[in-house]
Amino acid sequence: MLNCKEVTRLMSEGYERKLTLGERLSLKMHTMMCIGCTNYGKHMDFLRKAVRRLREGGAGGER
Amino acid sequence: MTNGSADATKILWDDPSIVAIRRDMLRFAQLQLRDAGAAEDMVQEALIAAMDSAKSFAGRSAFKTWMFGILRHKIVDHLRASSREICGTDLVEQADPQAELKDFDALFDQRGFWNPDDRPATWTDPDASFSQKQFWEIFDACLDHLPDQIARVYMMREFLDFETAEICRQLGITNGNCWVILHRARLGLRECLENNWFQGEAIQC
Repeated sequence: MLNCKEVTRLMSEGYERKLTLGERLSLKMHTMMCIGCTNYGKHMDFLRKAVRRLREGGAGGER
Repeated sequence: MTNGSADATKILWDDPSIVAIRRDMLRFAQLQLRDAGAAEDMVQEALIAAMDSAKSFAGRSAFKTWMFGILRHKIVDHLRASSREICGTDLVEQADPQAELKDFDALFDQRGFWNPDDRPATWTDPDASFSQKQFWEIFDACLDHLPDQIARVYMMREFLDFETAEICRQLGITNGNCWVILHRARLGLRECLENNWFQGEAIQC
């Protein structure tokens, strides 16, 4: 069973490489029971989106 | 340069809206390069390139997006050309893995579970932040606050869209090392945003 520290590391690595089936299953199992890590995963997606906007100059004003 | 025949796509380079975009570009380049002089150079080069190819901008994308695209290419070229100046071993040594990891560990208890105070909270409607100017100021500040060497890798990855493999090659670090640095950047940014922006609405459970 993964702990939160390992889960956050794996979530980050998921942006860099394809996680194995086993890794994805362990992530699922953990996040089903852990609100902190579920939120963390959402926050990572949010960060991605924010960065996309910033790099297209979207930070100022219009959507 | 635009001339008479290109009136249809003429861009007024001293228009206040362009001046504002230029200011945003400079801020972006500074975040990226952490070197005011180099940032100024990049923006100048991007503007010149944009002026040269203004005709190819036929409203395909929003003007600002187009300008930032040019700027990003300039920064990528600059980083590729100067990659030898960035010494990978510096990066690893400066990072002082022990100290950084300790920092990191503070978020979790001994068994590796979130400390109650550091457990990520529920953010309500985070996308609404995108339309708020203060959010972007805080986002900038949080990026600025990352240690230089971590920020450099993160910016190369997320802003300039380098593949991890290329970052590693350029900086002379391993994939694993690269992943750890990116992970640290994300952990730090998340924490910073939560503490400085989303905190008010934290729902502890």
